[in-house]
Amino acid sequence: MKIAMTVNGKSVSREVAENTLLVEYIRDHLRLTGTHVGCDTSQCGACVVHVDDQAMKSCTMLAASAEGLAVTTVEGLAQSKDELHPMQVAFKENHGLQCGFCTPGMIMTATDMVTRYHTQGKELTEDAIRHELEGNICRCTGYHNIVKSIADGASKMTNV
Amino acid sequence: MSEGIGARVLRKEDKRFITGKGRYTDDIVEPNQAYAAFVRSPHAHARIVSIDTSAAMAMAGVETVLMGPELVADGIGNIICGWGVTSKDGSPMNMGAWSALATEKVRYVGDAVAIIVADTKSLATLAAEAVVVTYEELPVVVGSLQALAEGSPQLHDNAPSNLIFDWEIGDLAPTDAALETAAHVTEMDITNNRLAPNPMEPRSAIATFNDAEDHYTLYTTSQNPHVARLVLSAFYNVAPEHKLRVIAPDVGGGFGSKIYIYPEEIACLWAAMKSGRSVKWTSDRTEAFLTDAHGRDHVTTAKIGFDKDGMIVGLKVNTKANLGAYMSLFSSAVPTYLYATLLSGQYNIANIYCDVQAVYTNTVPVDAYRGAGRPEACYVIERIMETAAREMGVDPSELRAKNFVTSFPHQTPVIMAYDSGDFATNQKQAQKAADVAGFGARKAEALGRGKLRGLGYSNYIEACGIAPSAAVGSLGAGVGLWESAEVRVNPVGTIEILTGSHSHGQGHETTFAQIVAERFDLPTENIKIVHGDTDKVQFGMGTYGSRSGAVGMSAIVKAMDKVEAKVKKIAAHVLEAGEDDIVIEGGAVKVAGTDKQMLWHEVGLAAYTAHNIPDGMEPGLKETAFYDPTNFTFPAGCYICEVEVDPDTGVTEVVQFVASDDFGTIINPMIVEGQVHGGIAQGIGQAMLENVVYDDAGQQLSASYMDYTMPRADDLPNYSVHHASTTCPGNPLGMKGCGEAGAIGSPPAVINAITDAIGNNNLSMPATPAAVWTALQAVSSKLAAE
Repeated sequence: MKIAMTVNGKSVSREVAENTLLVEYIRDHLRLTGTHVGCDTSQCGACVVHVDDQAMKSCTMLAASAEGLAVTTVEGLAQSKDELHPMQVAFKENHGLQCGFCTPGMIMTATDMVTRYHTQGKELTEDAIRHELEGNICRCTGYHNIVKSIADGASKMTNV
Repeated sequence: MSEGIGARVLRKEDKRFITGKGRYTDDIVEPNQAYAAFVRSPHAHARIVSIDTSAAMAMAGVETVLMGPELVADGIGNIICGWGVTSKDGSPMNMGAWSALATEKVRYVGDAVAIIVADTKSLATLAAEAVVVTYEELPVVVGSLQALAEGSPQLHDNAPSNLIFDWEIGDLAPTDAALETAAHVTEMDITNNRLAPNPMEPRSAIATFNDAEDHYTLYTTSQNPHVARLVLSAFYNVAPEHKLRVIAPDVGGGFGSKIYIYPEEIACLWAAMKSGRSVKWTSDRTEAFLTDAHGRDHVTTAKIGFDKDGMIVGLKVNTKANLGAYMSLFSSAVPTYLYATLLSGQYNIANIYCDVQAVYTNTVPVDAYRGAGRPEACYVIERIMETAAREMGVDPSELRAKNFVTSFPHQTPVIMAYDSGDFATNQKQAQKAADVAGFGARKAEALGRGKLRGLGYSNYIEACGIAPSAAVGSLGAGVGLWESAEVRVNPVGTIEILTGSHSHGQGHETTFAQIVAERFDLPTENIKIVHGDTDKVQFGMGTYGSRSGAVGMSAIVKAMDKVEAKVKKIAAHVLEAGEDDIVIEGGAVKVAGTDKQMLWHEVGLAAYTAHNIPDGMEPGLKETAFYDPTNFTFPAGCYICEVEVDPDTGVTEVVQFVASDDFGTIINPMIVEGQVHGGIAQGIGQAMLENVVYDDAGQQLSASYMDYTMPRADDLPNYSVHHASTTCPGNPLGMKGCGEAGAIGSPPAVINAITDAIGNNNLSMPATPAAVWTALQAVSSKLAAE
């Protein structure tokens, strides 16, 4: 079947098998390999992307379900190659990553959580960050610096 | 120098990871690429009666289905353990045959039986399901004690009673005598739970065979690509080394599990040759649980004796180590030379004896996982020290402190010679940071909220940078454990460092550049680290056992020594000065005390134009070095954990975790702290959450993230990390290693804290709410009965 959607601001259309997962479409068909697969049970969050501005686990969604929608992957987050997204900067500045494999999913979850809390006028406390990270697993950092990164990224995002 | 040793330099590698431009094995696509899937045994122990591949072969798009007998006939060698351990009676270990694809028997659930090569991944998976294997099921054994019991099912013909080896270290008679006369003896049964390493990137491989050049290329998720090439070549007969290139690109964590050369990589290489296609395989997560080497799984009894003053007189330990169905690459070294040699802990112990029985069971092979033997040793000594202190009614930290080794070098009775350390300072620093003095008040306050608060110590010591080569060789290692480096100064003065160490999260691209920046007073921007490709780097032993700093960086230092000498010779020649008067600073090579200088890049250019270099000097500015350590290094420290237990539910929260570590010289504190954080998280995971569980039929009940409890952000605290360093005398930078300490030191601190809180010392890892609640009920009902 042919599907069409917007990915990182560009219209894309491809012929795919009906059972193609969104993550397979992104990685294998569009060759955007920043979105990762770390488990088979939608637990690890390495595959998180934004679909119409909502964080989604792209391993749990058919590509066809994103027909006509706007998908943002980690590759589409920065304004330009020289101007990183504030959350990306925060992860670097706070040593919020080690092997880097979970990082794209972490950053996509983080930007979604900050935006959501900001829109709802809720305070993004450390406890809230840890709770919101329930769906993202990191094996390297022990989360300490990821939590710091997200708090820092949140202040950087709201200061923009 | 703002970017030199000790600076918190932000990581050079981060930009590609935060923008999605990392290049992991599964991201790579080769032309003409096909996909592999494996037919795996659903039984823990069975004889293969027949395999019918006809339905799979008939599927359009299936390239080939290959099986064990053909692999053996093609001369692919059995998978081997690279460290020979000798039993008490002098006999060699009983290594059972392990073919990459099973031939007659399968010995654990997940054992590979056939490889499918097909056009797509989903087609390969469907075809694997269409292969019909008829098995004759055999009796199963999963626990080490059961495996040793009489009449137990036997896995390998050459290992009666499933015994791989029965090894000992130390002196039995004096240890028994010391325990006999001790004023106080504490005895414990201690279990170290089986863990799945779980790097977030699953293993992956892409094998390509170029028949015109008779040459293989393997992209793989490896911590040590040169070792992979060596083993694939010398032992598995895939191809001679010059016809096999192994590339480990960005690798998403390892923790030991990516040291080994697994059946899948061997089978993919062989299948690439047989099929003429590039063959890609990427593990899914359940496959990772079923096939990545597990860690730990020790069952131990330990006995420690003290004199009337509380000084340790002897320690006796027996351990049953479950090595799973086959012997993985370093499996024999983990419960022996990496374990029992650390049983002396931070203490003066005159008499130690330990014997270890390693056994086969119908489970996933067990090998090194972050810490590898040292966490098991630390858990034994730090649990029993805490318990002994409680039994004797003395302060656990004081009992430890009075037994500390205080003068160095210190020869233990179990091989290790500690070269440096300051255990008391680290303990005091941790106590201050943890406000141990205020614990009583916090405990009372918690009780007011209905919570039980407990505090536990762990004073760990471990051994890193495993070496020297001759010493490990004499203990049975099949390889030398040095490291190599090459320093290339380009004609424009920029520098490439080629290293045999491999970075899979450790940040070598930054820290290795920092030591070069420090030496030549250059910005790290001008320095590039090259690693992970056997065609680029001359050789290397890879990254594990926290060896990249102490061993890998030392090799770079040795190569830089040679570069510096040549730079000074060239500058002295051009500037007409004595070599001894030449200094390197501020991007220039100067004659000290004068204004005569060459800019750094001018020296590089002079070396390569060779128009004006000393007579007889070879052109160019590139040096290599191999560094073989003189001793292990001995990171040590004090961890203090504080927990609160809800007595109604057993739910336990780590409310404070303090670490004070001695890592010797620290290149980048930011990165070192990150290593400690991650290690502690894995240690808390082991202590409270993680457990590989098998049922009696050998089915792994914990083979997904729905079943195996990975630590998540809301399970863990922030960590309070401190350092009190002594310089390691054994290597040029004075480094000790920081990669595993967190995982080694933390589990006993957590369990000591929980047992302190609940007043019952009988608690095993993982201390789940159910386990804690049950242990609490046991003491409550005992108290009620009294």
